[in-house]
Amino acid sequence: MSFSQADLAAIWLTIKLASTVTLLLLLIGTPIAWWLARTSSKWKGPIAAIVALPLVLPPTVIGFYLLVAMGPNGAVGQFTQSIGIGTLPFTFWGLVIASIFYSMPFVVQPIQNAIEALGERPIEAAATLRAGPWDTFFNVVLPLAKPGFITAAILGFAHTVGEFGVVLMIGGNIPGETQVISVQIYEHVEAMEYGQAHALSALMIAFSFIVLLALYGFQRKGKIHALSVK
Amino acid sequence: MIKAKFKVAHQTPQSNNFSLDIDISIPSQGITAIFGHSGSGKTTLLRCIAGLEKSVVGHLEVSQQIWQSESFCLKTYKRPIGYVFQEASLFEHLTADENLTFAMKRAEHEVSKAHYEKIVSVLGIQTILTRYPSELSGGERQRVAIARALLVQPKILLMDEPLASLDNARKKEILPYLERLQASFDIPILYVSHSLDEVARLADHVVVLEAGSVKAQGELSKIFSTLEYSSYFEQGTGVIIKGSVVEKDQTWHLMKVSFAGGELWLSDNSEKIGEEVRVRILAKDVSLALSNHSDSSIANRFQGEVVEIAKEEGSPIVLVRLKVGNEYVIARLTGKSLASLGLSEGAHCWAQIKSVAIVH
Repeated sequence: MSFSQADLAAIWLTIKLASTVTLLLLLIGTPIAWWLARTSSKWKGPIAAIVALPLVLPPTVIGFYLLVAMGPNGAVGQFTQSIGIGTLPFTFWGLVIASIFYSMPFVVQPIQNAIEALGERPIEAAATLRAGPWDTFFNVVLPLAKPGFITAAILGFAHTVGEFGVVLMIGGNIPGETQVISVQIYEHVEAMEYGQAHALSALMIAFSFIVLLALYGFQRKGKIHALSVK
Repeated sequence: MIKAKFKVAHQTPQSNNFSLDIDISIPSQGITAIFGHSGSGKTTLLRCIAGLEKSVVGHLEVSQQIWQSESFCLKTYKRPIGYVFQEASLFEHLTADENLTFAMKRAEHEVSKAHYEKIVSVLGIQTILTRYPSELSGGERQRVAIARALLVQPKILLMDEPLASLDNARKKEILPYLERLQASFDIPILYVSHSLDEVARLADHVVVLEAGSVKAQGELSKIFSTLEYSSYFEQGTGVIIKGSVVEKDQTWHLMKVSFAGGELWLSDNSEKIGEEVRVRILAKDVSLALSNHSDSSIANRFQGEVVEIAKEEGSPIVLVRLKVGNEYVIARLTGKSLASLGLSEGAHCWAQIKSVAIVH
């Protein structure tokens, strides 16, 4: 099994995209998850539904609307042009933004579940011990909800690696810029290069299997720990 | 002095239309028990004082410092409180000692090594400090939680039924530590409980809550010796008397306790002569007679004057309050017995005390 220069570029780009998206999603998703887990606002339902939309929508729908919004005549496109960075579709950062929407539920939901499972008590206990909100988050919530954060990171990364429809709509197929593994496989098949398609596909299967194995193994360990804590 | 005035109106599925409307003053010394049946709002009151309860209208002043007013509310993490929850609520990812360190790092003033050691030894947790909460028993966890609350160097310690989640053996294990707290650290304690036994044993001052409002507040022995609240204490009606051990009878394993109304003989509980004790005489253990029956098996007999008789509508039971010396005793008997004895307010009679429990 050997990879061409273009394949290697696609693999590298995929890893770069997934890492960037995971990192940004942890930063963006955590406050959303925190809010969803603890609020009693009437907006909780609608916001949770919006976050979960990508779970049920065809990726092409998300891709289409993001393409329109980020295009030269869209609101986001107008804004990005006005600050002089051009339009985002068919660029790496366009893909990053699209992937953030697409993978959001996979990051928000595990963190939200972990914080909900934690309950108010540790947070209240920390407050009575004079720990402020940031102190409480980093020294109490984060360590106690760590399994949720790790699950979120793994799922967010893996899901971004596996996306295809959104990439095709918003990124196209530009080598080194938007040509990720899933698109590259499609490209190989279109060109009847089954051998190379096989190599990349097998790599994806191996990667996905290992990720899921790690995830389930990790969750089992987490559960045993959670039980022993009770 | 702690002055608290709160209005809370909740509408939750568990407690429909729960509301709390109270105005209390608590001395900033000793242990004040907040007593009430479940649902009376005692935990909510404690949470209001801690600032944990959301959307509360009220005014709270602790030692002349305003913690909450109409326009201002000090955040929980800025209030100099220690809080012990019903379940220990230790941080599971930290060892017992790391839990203590968490508190010490955030204390307003640096905690001296001596103070730390004193707290650890008063609570008897020296040997379990390296363990994780999951490796501790319920009683041990609660002791670590109390130590943790003390280590933030609070101006007031709030305890929400710290024994309620423990079985009787564990309760017995912790009570002596709670008694030592007050003696060792001069810090006011607010102690929420629905157990009369705990209140009788620990408190100096009581606030009785019923359905979200204050039914009574005052000194423990005063509240317990008033017939007005007796229907509320039910089987637990009885007086609490403070006295000191004056004599011991080795042959019969008895000791004599002197109090403001006379002297009581009770079983030797290994207290030392001169030690202060607190005894509880339940109304159901007191019977009345017109003369002194020295031929009876009952050793503790006192002459007293009937000062108050309380009858309950539709019930055969009456409660009679007697003044014995400078103390009071409450007797519980049937209306029929009272009529046959012909007792009325101002009459003199003898109280025979079948049993006395030492509570402290």
